[in-house]
Amino acid sequence: MNARHKGQTITAEKSDKADKSGQTDCADNCHGTESAGGKKTAKMMTGADIVIQALVDQGVEVIFGYPGGAVLPLYDALFKQSKLRHILVRHEQAAVHAAEGYARSTGKVGAVLVTSGPGATNAVTGLTDALLDSIPVVCITGQVPTFLIGNDAFQEADTTGITRPCTKHNYLVKDINKLAHVMHEAFHVARSGRPGPVVVDLPKDVQFQKGPYKKPCTDCYKVYQPKTEPDRAALEQAVDIIAAAKRPIFYTGGGLINSGTKACEALQRFAKMTGYPVTSTLMGLGCYPMTDKQHLGMLGMHGTVEANHAMHDCDVMIALGARFDDRVTGRMDAFSPDSYKIQVDIDPSSINKNIPVDLGIVGDVGRAIEIMTEIWVAKKYSVPKAQTADWWESIKQWRAIKCLSYTQSKKPDDVIKPQYALERLRHFTQDKDNVYITTEVGQHQMWAAQFLPFDKPNRWMTSGGLGTMGYGLPAAIGTQIAHPNALVIDVAGEASIQMNIQEISTAIQYRLPVKVFILNNQWMGMVRQWQELMHGERYSESYSEALPDFVKLVEAYGGVGLRARTVGELDDVIQTMLTTDRITIVDVCVDQRENCFPMIPSGAAHNEMLLGPDDEQSEHNKRKGKVLV
Amino acid sequence: MVIAKAVKHSKQDVQETHTISLIVDNEPGVLARVIGLFSGRGYNIDSLTAAEIDPDTKQTRITLMCTGTPMVIEQIKNQLGRVVPVHKVLDLTEEGAFIDRELALLKVSGKGDKRIEALRIADIFRARVVDSTLESFVFEITGDSGKITAFIDLMKPLGLVEIARTGVAAIARGKDGIAE
Repeated sequence: MNARHKGQTITAEKSDKADKSGQTDCADNCHGTESAGGKKTAKMMTGADIVIQALVDQGVEVIFGYPGGAVLPLYDALFKQSKLRHILVRHEQAAVHAAEGYARSTGKVGAVLVTSGPGATNAVTGLTDALLDSIPVVCITGQVPTFLIGNDAFQEADTTGITRPCTKHNYLVKDINKLAHVMHEAFHVARSGRPGPVVVDLPKDVQFQKGPYKKPCTDCYKVYQPKTEPDRAALEQAVDIIAAAKRPIFYTGGGLINSGTKACEALQRFAKMTGYPVTSTLMGLGCYPMTDKQHLGMLGMHGTVEANHAMHDCDVMIALGARFDDRVTGRMDAFSPDSYKIQVDIDPSSINKNIPVDLGIVGDVGRAIEIMTEIWVAKKYSVPKAQTADWWESIKQWRAIKCLSYTQSKKPDDVIKPQYALERLRHFTQDKDNVYITTEVGQHQMWAAQFLPFDKPNRWMTSGGLGTMGYGLPAAIGTQIAHPNALVIDVAGEASIQMNIQEISTAIQYRLPVKVFILNNQWMGMVRQWQELMHGERYSESYSEALPDFVKLVEAYGGVGLRARTVGELDDVIQTMLTTDRITIVDVCVDQRENCFPMIPSGAAHNEMLLGPDDEQSEHNKRKGKVLV
Repeated sequence: MVIAKAVKHSKQDVQETHTISLIVDNEPGVLARVIGLFSGRGYNIDSLTAAEIDPDTKQTRITLMCTGTPMVIEQIKNQLGRVVPVHKVLDLTEEGAFIDRELALLKVSGKGDKRIEALRIADIFRARVVDSTLESFVFEITGDSGKITAFIDLMKPLGLVEIARTGVAAIARGKDGIAE
């Protein structure tokens, strides 16, 4: 290990698809009218019909959207068909979040349809959210007719210009002959490699024009062929190092969820073979059963003591589909200083971006784990208990700290602690198989990650990278649309929920029994916590003044409102919530002073966690950390 | 295939300038995608040129020079590779010997001795006169950036009034073409 080779990155083997002849064929077929062959076979349709047909052929069943002038032909085409279900949201941002919830909970591509100008600009937050969390979404935006582009026409915005940095790719389709190809390519780009949002901007006149339609073809998208097959020799090297580890840890991220259920199962098999501890990022929760004894809980800023200390002290770190985000690493120069770092990621730019790794392997993470398992078996590796006994002993000691403990007095009239509310929610939902949790952003989000168990992938929808308040309710709506019989709960805060609260109306319209579990502490809790820790308890603008009565509010929409003020009321309220058939808001009045611990303050290392309100952070860290977010 | 050489800890702070060639689809917005990546992620770009090289396949070659630590340079290349219409990213600096050339047009105004001296130096630098009046020349010069800068410096006291530079175009030495 002394002769280590810092930063070696090995790409996937060349895909055999991109041969030249295939490309020419494709260009003829896909651009239709130019070739004689294309002309004969292609069916002529209007632009709007081409879009609908392409969506259907791409397996889209549901599209989230909001109509407007520049998409009227598309909505007309929607009206005349029955294969595609349109869900009318109340704000375009919510349309994208709903599509994200749909995509994240099914593994399929989410579809969105919005109008030009404000429709497109409202979608930008959702698109950025999908980009940072690698969620596959195709968003069709209307545009003013081609002859008006650039004229400052009514509801005109430079959509491709605005969305360029917040999408994986975008298109402005001015030529009807290219529309079918672009639509299919958009789906291909959204779902291949590291998934992400793709925008197709479609001028209104093109929606009316007639052009050729072509079915999707597998080899047509030469422009984007990310390599997915990892390098076997590198994986052999990785397995040799993994087998010899004394203090190993699997650091698992959202890439596993994106890679699919098979990848998560492969991880579970491989982790069981090795017997090594596993920790997951916020986005990775559920890729490995959190109730399993090998799982140390979430890592990072509000992760568990055992996970963070294990990351800091390990000798071999196996990063799988995780990108060393700043919420995870804490202080970069003190991040896991003595470990040999192996990183598998489908996106080459995620390797060596924040933290230099020793062995970077580009490829699909599920495939990489399968191959590592094969190698492990072929080489007849097994890890003797003694090899990692000391390591597990250290982990046992860190676990004994019980970093997630809190004090809840259980007299019926006592104030509810937010953690207790979530533990009771966990209690009443643990027997149910089909539970999907979404969250808004803030303290409640971190508590949900800490206190709710995620044993399966695709059950946890949260805004990790962008941290978008207002994500949870629309994401829950998208999830419930995908899983009509499942229990979908949005764990929310009273501030976040107000950022997309209009979506209650959507839930009512489609009879979606989404549950909104508000941990109401009357503060923007995470802002308040940082003001308390970093800004001398000057609580600037973080108090939730003039709150609505959430019970009456949801009742006004036609939903069910419930409130729990005390410990004695909590269980009944949760049980009632689980039986309702309409959108239900539960207003849980929780302790206003509670903060989210453990916490790695910004600028501190993994082993410098604050465990509770009595822990003091060093002045040095406080000063350095203040400028960080 | 190894795409990134070892990033040594000791070299982390050294700033390097790299010349990178990109083969991209010549479609609207492709240049904005590449430039936006530099501005959005805070990378330094020293020079950038772009022109279509194959009208049949509608491919453009972009040559850019950028400065950063080895880790940043590696990031730049990987991020460029992620842009959908970018087909090929080639780090000429890393691949071996390469030729880089730039063209500049310089307008020098003056009379008498200065005018004669400008013409004499232009001859030494093998710059061509492409326009002339009785009181001015326009010189065309090609060469690597250092040569052009040196020529500009010499022209300054001789009545230099205007400069146009193209930025760098570069190509690897040897028999092999840029592989797709």
